[in-house]
Amino acid sequence: MRLIAQQLLKKITSNKKALLLGYVLLFVALAVLPFLLSNTVGRTWVRILDFALIYAMLALGLNIVVGFAGLLDLGYIAFYAVGAYTWALLASPQFGLHLPFWAILPIGAGVAAIFGVLLGAPTLRLRGDYLAIVTLGFGEIIRIFLNNLDHPINVTNGPIGINKIDPISIGGVDLTRTHEWFGISFSGVHIYYYLLLALLIFTIVMCVRLENSRIGRAWLAIREDELAAQAMGINTRNIKLLAFALGATFGGVAGGLFASLQGFVSPESFGLLESIMVLCMVVLGGMGHVYGVLLGALLLSVLPEILRSTASPIQRAVFGDVYIDPEALRMLLFGLALIVVMLVRPTGLWPAPRRRTILDQDVDRD
Amino acid sequence: MDIFAQQVINGLVLGSVYALVALGYTMVYGILGLINFAHGEVVMIGAMIALAVVSALLAVSPDMSPFTLILIASAAAILVCVFLAFLMERLAYRPLRNAPRLAPLITAIGISILLQNIAMIIWGRKYKMVPQIFPTETHEIFGASITSVQLFIVAISGVLMVGLLLVVHFTKLGRAMRATSESQRVAGLMGINVNKIISVTFMIGAALGAVAGILVAGNYSVAHYSMGFMLGLKAFTAAVLGGIGNLGGAVLGGLLLGLIESIGAGYIGNLTGGFLGSNYQDVFAFVVLIVVLVFRPTGIMGERVSERA
Repeated sequence: MRLIAQQLLKKITSNKKALLLGYVLLFVALAVLPFLLSNTVGRTWVRILDFALIYAMLALGLNIVVGFAGLLDLGYIAFYAVGAYTWALLASPQFGLHLPFWAILPIGAGVAAIFGVLLGAPTLRLRGDYLAIVTLGFGEIIRIFLNNLDHPINVTNGPIGINKIDPISIGGVDLTRTHEWFGISFSGVHIYYYLLLALLIFTIVMCVRLENSRIGRAWLAIREDELAAQAMGINTRNIKLLAFALGATFGGVAGGLFASLQGFVSPESFGLLESIMVLCMVVLGGMGHVYGVLLGALLLSVLPEILRSTASPIQRAVFGDVYIDPEALRMLLFGLALIVVMLVRPTGLWPAPRRRTILDQDVDRD
Repeated sequence: MDIFAQQVINGLVLGSVYALVALGYTMVYGILGLINFAHGEVVMIGAMIALAVVSALLAVSPDMSPFTLILIASAAAILVCVFLAFLMERLAYRPLRNAPRLAPLITAIGISILLQNIAMIIWGRKYKMVPQIFPTETHEIFGASITSVQLFIVAISGVLMVGLLLVVHFTKLGRAMRATSESQRVAGLMGINVNKIISVTFMIGAALGAVAGILVAGNYSVAHYSMGFMLGLKAFTAAVLGGIGNLGGAVLGGLLLGLIESIGAGYIGNLTGGFLGSNYQDVFAFVVLIVVLVFRPTGIMGERVSERA
């Protein structure tokens, strides 16, 4: 079965016309998907899809740090938080600022990148688990500050969070209203979907291009053996900082989009569990492999939602009553899935074809 | 001065619990190089089981002596936790011993989530009050007060830590553990049953964790299904601070972290002119961690690891 699929894939990819047709079909499918969803299972699912796209962007950003450069980051959500709060502060009644989309996008990305370097600089000498715990601490520090910076000067509004964040508006098109184009009505979540999809495709292209670039090869060299990489003339300091900064940039942009889509941000959305969730997407999908990570992100953000909506009805149908709280059941199955997938496929669901053991420099102790 | 002494005592109490939990992390890390993320959850399960046993016993015979009560409850908690650790190692970690490094980390996270939610389903979302078994007496030391429960916590953790150090350094089992952490292959060639030693290491860590859980629940008089998460995180931080893989380092790191947290919480307001309040106590702990690691990348007592040739 797998062999046949592989052969088929090879045939298609070797034929330029077929490849083009494949892309066109994929494109059409992606374009139609939100309408399909909103007409069959409801508009909430388009919204869930929007969040899945944001998570995919986030996971791809983390993949640069963990997958490409081999730096285990357990506080990645901090950059997401920085991006989200930057966006929230620059486009909400909090300070009365209402900057346009095209101004906030680079500012948010830039601020997140600066935080990436801020985290990266003191941790350059650390490796493996020491790096992991410092990044984790960094993530917690950011969250605690967001939670407490409501006094003496009110910056973040504390645990309540910031409300009424401006929706994105591009070229006069407000992304929360329903618009009529070509006789089809596009509601807010639909337009967000297309915007996010475009940004995600841009991210994917960036990641793939980066991976095969001089920088990408330098990351790979550092991941496999930092000392050897240094000996080959790679400036490991700058290259590592670049990984942190670029990863943070994607995280920051994703965070900003999250803030504007949701309309409000609070420190609660940026806990350690979220960092772990994104890391799980990366590892479960196939660390270092762009499409694998994409798969992991989409699976882990959509499947729990499906479970959430079906857990209660199924229990009621089978046992006649709801025995286990759907939220608990969802997490229970999530935990179980992590364990089982790792036991069955330790390299992830869709590992990179040319993949060697990542981050295992200390495991082989003999 | 009184406040300072009080914060030092609070810090020591907190720190000895951190140290007990940190030992569990550091022992497993020393042998396998694995961050056992689920260890905090084992601590929580220990507290919950002990609490359930105490409540059940109190319901049956209300006038049981407090010492038998706590003894039975602790025994039950330790047994359950040890069994849990055995299962975890056997089912989730052993098959992944030669897998890429992040794979066991993810299963550990999976187990942590699993245990937390199972605990939530069994014991509910509410905070559970711990019944007052021992009468609270307050003692005065250096102008600061310490309750009998707190004294008990420091004493028990001290005894357990010294006991563990003795076991690791002066028994056959301890020698086997040290050999295994040096090199699994060579230890195996010397006739050590490596699998058994790793399993036993997990179990000892879990037993210490169970006791720590009981102590924490006794100290704060509450238990909750999510109590293990933050505690585990802090303990892991303590283990890294001391130099992960090093038993003495875990104890030192735990005590230091406890002291830093409580003294920091007491004085951070004055230090920053009231700008930062005691709710920044966690920031304090993490900043100290980062600063220490910047100057000593392998922790305070960690050995200098040579770069791979």
